[in-house]
Amino acid sequence: MAKKRIVSTTINGTQKDFLCEPRQTLLEVLRDSLDMTGTKEGCSNGNCGACTVHLDGRPVVSCLVLAVEADGATVETIEGVACNGQLHPLQDSFLNNAALQCGICTPGFIMQAKSLLAENPNPSEHDIRFYLAGNLCRCTGYDKIVRAVQDAAGKMSGCCSEAKV
Amino acid sequence: MSTTEANPGKKYTVIGTRPIRHDGVDKVTGRAKYGGDIRLTGMLFGVMLRSPHAHANIKSIDYSAALALPGVHAVVTVDDFPDAENKIAELGEGAINLQHLRHNVLAGPKALYRGHAVAAVAADTVNIAEDACKLIKVEYEVLKPVLTAPEAMKPDAPLLHNNVYTNSLGEETKQLSNVAKHFRFEKGDLEAGFKAAKVIVEREFNTATVHQGYIEPHNGTAMWNSDGKVTVWCSTQGSFTARQQVAELCHIPVGNVKVIPMEIGGGFGGKVSVYLEPVAAILSKKTGRPVKIIMNRADCFEGTGPTPGSYIRVKMGADANGKITAAEAYMAYEAGGYPGSPIGAGAMCVFACYDVPNGKVDGFDVCVNKPHTNAYRAPGATNAAMATETVIDEICEQLKMCSMEFRLKNAAVEGTRRIDGPVYPRIGMIESVEAIKNSDHWKTPLTGKNRGRGIATGFWFNCGLKSAVTATVNFDGSVGLVEGSTDIGGSRTGIAMQFAETLGIPVDQVMPSVGDTDSVGYTDVTGGSRVTFATGWAAYEAGLDIARQMCQRAATLWEVPADQVKYENGGVSGPGGKQISFKDLVVQTCKHGEPIVGRGSADPQCPGGAFATHCVDVEVDPDTGKVTVLRYTASQDVGTAIHPAYVEGQIQGGAVQGIGWGLNEEYFYDQSGVMRNSTFLDYRMPTCLDLPMIEAIIVEVPNPGHPYGVRGVGEVPIVPPPAALANAIYNAVGVRMTQLPMSPPRVLHEILAKK
Repeated sequence: MAKKRIVSTTINGTQKDFLCEPRQTLLEVLRDSLDMTGTKEGCSNGNCGACTVHLDGRPVVSCLVLAVEADGATVETIEGVACNGQLHPLQDSFLNNAALQCGICTPGFIMQAKSLLAENPNPSEHDIRFYLAGNLCRCTGYDKIVRAVQDAAGKMSGCCSEAKV
Repeated sequence: MSTTEANPGKKYTVIGTRPIRHDGVDKVTGRAKYGGDIRLTGMLFGVMLRSPHAHANIKSIDYSAALALPGVHAVVTVDDFPDAENKIAELGEGAINLQHLRHNVLAGPKALYRGHAVAAVAADTVNIAEDACKLIKVEYEVLKPVLTAPEAMKPDAPLLHNNVYTNSLGEETKQLSNVAKHFRFEKGDLEAGFKAAKVIVEREFNTATVHQGYIEPHNGTAMWNSDGKVTVWCSTQGSFTARQQVAELCHIPVGNVKVIPMEIGGGFGGKVSVYLEPVAAILSKKTGRPVKIIMNRADCFEGTGPTPGSYIRVKMGADANGKITAAEAYMAYEAGGYPGSPIGAGAMCVFACYDVPNGKVDGFDVCVNKPHTNAYRAPGATNAAMATETVIDEICEQLKMCSMEFRLKNAAVEGTRRIDGPVYPRIGMIESVEAIKNSDHWKTPLTGKNRGRGIATGFWFNCGLKSAVTATVNFDGSVGLVEGSTDIGGSRTGIAMQFAETLGIPVDQVMPSVGDTDSVGYTDVTGGSRVTFATGWAAYEAGLDIARQMCQRAATLWEVPADQVKYENGGVSGPGGKQISFKDLVVQTCKHGEPIVGRGSADPQCPGGAFATHCVDVEVDPDTGKVTVLRYTASQDVGTAIHPAYVEGQIQGGAVQGIGWGLNEEYFYDQSGVMRNSTFLDYRMPTCLDLPMIEAIIVEVPNPGHPYGVRGVGEVPIVPPPAALANAIYNAVGVRMTQLPMSPPRVLHEILAKK
């Protein structure tokens, strides 16, 4: 077994150091070592998007990122999206638009959609569908997810810029 | 809005509204605990070794080297399970022979499909367990695989089993065969029916194996305690069914097994049968520690039950007026490694939308070297509808008749007898077709080159089965509601809404949760579109039980005879205009007397069939054969829409699964029976970029067999899409598709063949 490495990160705004094997993925460490099971595992080969997190502000599928690559980086996960018990507008709009059924893909969709709205606060339907195409949902047929993102975009465009990212 | 509500349910206060689901915040914040999220002290991790061959005798398994690897705690094979009884276990939506289930969980003496589990390791980490699997020596005698029903039915086909004899038309034969069963339904005089026809169309169809494609992989965690009690945590569609399967396979009483259902990340029929739970239990028994096993995605494709590929031949005749005179179907469904495909349901559904005076349906359940098939949303019905609905389109073309009118003219109605026997109660087939006929989509002409519109209709029975609910009234007038149906799509809210409606209280005063098998009454699987119908009914009964108790309390409070008080309008009323709300009565009386607990159980017999009609516009690229869905509208008779947004969600989600089935999804097998596309990249499910919005039209023809008129909703929307797409493709580019999926190479092949 390869020697374990120390990795220093900032996860959801908190300094977090952990030990991991070089072969471990960020997804594995988040779920199994740090007990942050909000990030979901659907395929472990980058095809479904359920494990999407932000690494230095960029959306990544955490099953394709080695945990050691997160050294010195900031990581944001679904657990950090709601702030002080206040849901993010995307979380609110997913609930209000019934945009989830089983809910297993929801954390990944919210992380990906959050990136989209940070890049493009007024996306068209096509923009949304294009940006979310790497996230699979098997329950909803995507209709209500797309509407939820449109709804959140509309609500966030009136907010302070902090709420957008 | 995507919804037109035909009957906006004005007589109800809670039903028909769109509250936010009770488990919603947990699910958008990542707090909800799914099966894979469980962490237990001292937990070991299990990994299954799977057969690389589609068909092989297992001569020997030597796992001594694996067991010697540091960090490995136990290895098990099928021999670690006691012999199973040769009996059938009913699993709610489908049944399985326990010996077959035992051998499906861990193979022996044969591996019957690539991915068939042959051994399992428990180790300190998944990585060690994986390394250990590589050290297990399995000696295989590789046999020739057989991969489709027509091939497997040939007399010289390789045989999967030496103990499967064909049950032919109800009789056990002595014929060893891959055909486990042949049955027939008949009605009227088929020959006379075809003689009376002006137009007869007969076509053959082949459909590929497809997977449910839930995003959450199968998982199972078990702790076998030293007192012989076993606790199982898993993502299952039926905690009681999982309990039964674990108990039967481990030969322990069901009372010794407690299944704690975790949140479930999709099932669609695929999470009824157990795969990992009994293995985790046996590994735990051997090690004295909890053991958790999670499948990877390839295991999900290769090792769990997809829905069958099929061969179907349909022949239909109609007279000059467009009335169906006769219909005949020959249907062979792949059961996979063990008998038990959904051919029975498929054969009952094949002509179920229509009034067919003379009919015959032959069904065959055929073993092939693929994973043992399992239910997938209206199991068996989608394959069948592909055949019937495209043949009808062709008949209409020959009769120069609008296929919408044809469907209305021949629609099954109350009193119509299906070929397999049952007579329909009040159903909404006509209403579902008319909803499309009146839709904006149908009324808007489609223009443009290589574009076409298609419609198709579908039927699914829906199930009743057993459900139980317990309600506990809190001192502040809120109610804790424990129900036994695992909640895959928001059903706990739909159940709570029916309970709240019964008592006339706000739904946010009801806190629903899904109980484990020790804390709620027996409840059958979440399947068969039954949960909102049957568990909702149980909740209604629990509400009535509490209403009765409230009446007694009010009578005591007011010192009047109990027969002079009545529960109505969210409270109790009594003589002289006395009235008290539910909440006030609870607050006033809760400190005295026994706690207020209500119970409800149901085993309803009249689920009311579900009918759906879909309309789709496509554009076909004549150079590549790629089909783009331009517009999609789905109408469905839902009885009463308890939570319209969740009803729309079921319709939209089912339609999109049907689009995937119709256009892209399939298991690609090579000659040796190895699936070549067992990833989500290569098994091509629809992404949001592939789709338009899906317009859902809710039609409400209340089910007379339910207190609130509910019909099951979840399954039927997957049935019409492939046929609707095939009809649209024909109207776009003039080719009749008879194979699923209608992927670009297949469509292009037909376009080129036509040229």
